[in-house]
Amino acid sequence: MKIKNLSVSFVIIMAAWLLLNWSFKAEIIVVGLVLSLLLSLLFCSKCQLFSEIKLTPKAFFYTLIYIFVFLIELIKANIDVTKRILSPTLPINPGVVKVETTLNSKMARLILANSITLTPGTFTIEIHENALYIHWIDVKYSDVNQATEILVRKFETYLKEIYD
Amino acid sequence: MSPDIFKEGFRMEIIQYLGGALLIMGSLSLLIASIGLIRMPDVYNRVQTGTKASTLGAILSFLGIGLLSIENWSESNWIGRVIILIIFIIITNPVSSHILMRAAYVMKIPFTKDTKVDKLKEDIDNKVLEEPKDE
Repeated sequence: MKIKNLSVSFVIIMAAWLLLNWSFKAEIIVVGLVLSLLLSLLFCSKCQLFSEIKLTPKAFFYTLIYIFVFLIELIKANIDVTKRILSPTLPINPGVVKVETTLNSKMARLILANSITLTPGTFTIEIHENALYIHWIDVKYSDVNQATEILVRKFETYLKEIYD
Repeated sequence: MSPDIFKEGFRMEIIQYLGGALLIMGSLSLLIASIGLIRMPDVYNRVQTGTKASTLGAILSFLGIGLLSIENWSESNWIGRVIILIIFIIITNPVSSHILMRAAYVMKIPFTKDTKVDKLKEDIDNKVLEEPKDE
């Protein structure tokens, strides 16, 4: 899996270089290629970070969908939080609920936890094995299965396609 | 992108207005986040409002700055840096707030009285998992 690690980190560093320079002259691209090759060899020849990503067209397609879904959820989260903050009665109903995930890869779990943190009224406090403990600003279901259905499912279906 | 597309003045103006609008929306978002920090009853809800609204506020403000900085499309190199900033904010903001929240939980800062359930405490009491410790 070393090749996969190297190539993914190479692509990420190269993309960052191009975005920083925002010019596509030959010398800049050549310097970028050399630098990203060196950096990915130096720092990512032993790391395990990207070894769980599937590099298929389908996974790429689902990554795009995931980003789209995530942005919509982020905007929904903000409208929701704004409503709660500005309403005079302060309608909150907080609590800590437990949800369960079926994802195995560490990276996918990290992304899941981060996405939950940025979506409406939910915030990951702790992860233990398959369980995520989530602070929910408006507890609708305290039962594990129902909470999982409403909080985790929308992200998990996409993440499953991207990671093993 | 050919620079000719944006040579007409009114297109430039539209981009400027769009940037300004995004900047205002971002500032409003940050304002709401700070109102939320004052109004919410306990530390957990405060972290919640602080994270979400400030993430979107920062994203919108950066996008606005990026659009306002465009004078000549082919030479402007701010927009790429702004995209990198946004990616870093989306990755790091939830992590740092999660650390704050978890630290508050480890220090046993009390929840507000309205809190309905605390499954984490139940599971610690039932010995499903160990109590989270200061690491």
